[in-house]
Amino acid sequence: MSEKEYVPKSKAGKWFNDRLPLLSLASHLTDYPTPKNLNYWWTFGGILTFCLLTQIITGIVLAMHYVAHADLAFASVEHIMRDVNYGWLIRYIHSNGASMFFLAVYIHIFRSLFYGSYKSPREIIWIIGLMIYLLMMAAAFMGYVLPWGQMSFWGATVITNLFSAIPLVGDSITTWLWGAYSVDNPTLTRFFSLHYLIPFLILGLVVLHIWALHVPGNNNPVGIDIKKPSKDTVPFHPYITIKDTFALLLFMIIFAGFVFFAPNVLGHSDNYIQANPMVTPAHIVPEWYLLPFYAILRSVPDKLGGVILMFGAIFILFILPWLDTSKVRSAVFRPIYRQFFWILIVDVLVLGYVGAMPAEGIYLVLARVGTVYYFLHFIVILPVVGYLEKTEPVPLSISEPALSGSADYSMAKKDNEKI
Amino acid sequence: MDKSEKKTTTRRDFLFTTSYTVGAVGLGAVVWPLIDQMNPDKAQKALATTEVDISQIEPGKSITVLWRGKPVFLKRRTQEEILEARSVALEELPHPEKDEERVKSGKDEWLVMLGVCTHLGCVPLSNKGDYKGWFCPCHGSHYDLSGRIRKGPAPKNMEIPKYEFVDANTIKIG
Repeated sequence: MSEKEYVPKSKAGKWFNDRLPLLSLASHLTDYPTPKNLNYWWTFGGILTFCLLTQIITGIVLAMHYVAHADLAFASVEHIMRDVNYGWLIRYIHSNGASMFFLAVYIHIFRSLFYGSYKSPREIIWIIGLMIYLLMMAAAFMGYVLPWGQMSFWGATVITNLFSAIPLVGDSITTWLWGAYSVDNPTLTRFFSLHYLIPFLILGLVVLHIWALHVPGNNNPVGIDIKKPSKDTVPFHPYITIKDTFALLLFMIIFAGFVFFAPNVLGHSDNYIQANPMVTPAHIVPEWYLLPFYAILRSVPDKLGGVILMFGAIFILFILPWLDTSKVRSAVFRPIYRQFFWILIVDVLVLGYVGAMPAEGIYLVLARVGTVYYFLHFIVILPVVGYLEKTEPVPLSISEPALSGSADYSMAKKDNEKI
Repeated sequence: MDKSEKKTTTRRDFLFTTSYTVGAVGLGAVVWPLIDQMNPDKAQKALATTEVDISQIEPGKSITVLWRGKPVFLKRRTQEEILEARSVALEELPHPEKDEERVKSGKDEWLVMLGVCTHLGCVPLSNKGDYKGWFCPCHGSHYDLSGRIRKGPAPKNMEIPKYEFVDANTIKIG
């Protein structure tokens, strides 16, 4: 990948590097040529790495004090909050950290959608990213069950019951998932085990995600292929590391704002009531980051149909690189797609809002319209717009003006600054 | 091996095939215990029956008991409620079942069923909904006085567990 072979300066370094080329890897990572026009939307990869490490570290600490048993879990979480030194801080970082993780991942995903980062030759990066996203949802769901509050219990009941919609084997699968005839102690202990495992699977996929990224290199706001290294690139260190660090600091301010000033605002108060299999809370709502999918589930009057559409909403993203027919990557040069992109954002936000509301009246209508539009965007709009759209002239390189004059380049440049 | 040589089954092919087969059987034999350990264990299965004293239940009232971690509704229905449940035409039901099929004959006033919505497993609220039976607050399924689904996303009637009358005042569920 690197143009010139790295040779360690010291004799000891050379001896080690010949046996295990870790120093070569470090050299590749520091010198890694990065497009010089990356904007702040590109800093979320680093932020997400920080989020993952935060969850792993706080999670390992919480597991030292938590007891995974239906009779003790709820009390042990209160024990963490009241008795364990700084337990409240560590738990609030972990619980709000999950929300921050999803906030960052959604920005990261929509960045990719706007700038066409999922397109050739970066399809594998995109698919690994979606696998990470799926595992994140599984980890978050199981983690939310562990405090064994009312929302934990009934959220787990509703989500595991989704599998009972599968014809013929649905009920057996659900019983198998539970290890009992309802969500019970065996469910809690296996969720704890898997909740501890998944972050490390994610970590492994993150390594593959970055590896796959380093083959073609970063996409960039103008979305063109660039020569590496060239005057269009800067070394990752110090240029990108310092920019990522600055963005991370801003992100941590927001994070700390939640942890210290509104630690429960993203949670649900019903989860401070111990799980009771006899009483279902009046409104079961998942955590905010799952609401759009919950709205899709509830928008379908048929049980199996709802489950299929909900999973379909995620799995359709896996074939996104082949649904988008446009040759131009960045929405900066795609005047029509750009507008549909923002409509999609509004659509997802509306779905998230109605997901939190009762499934009746105007909310149900909105959920149905939102669901139809969501699929329409990927199945119809994206392929058709790619064919029909007259894209704007794309610059030859980041440093040079666009093909047909400098006016377009200045527009692209202005767009980058704005975004 | 010479590539131009005509392909025939050799001793080596036989060894490959048998090795793969034995390997696959061995792998299956190892994987199955790892999968089956997640199914309900003996302690869970041991909780499979519950006896309930029903002597204190007045007509029109119901109680909820826990059986295998799930709530079971025991409702003693009034004559009017039974008549109302039986006045419905089967064609109107998404999951057609006669009320008579859902109770023990001669014990028509007793409705014993899993208090679990067949949509996604919430516990429906009694004496609620458009059909005076049960209403599930999670996703809005309405059940009638026989526990049959009438409106909403749930696909089936609430399930009737296996149960029997041990004597006049005791029901054994499971």
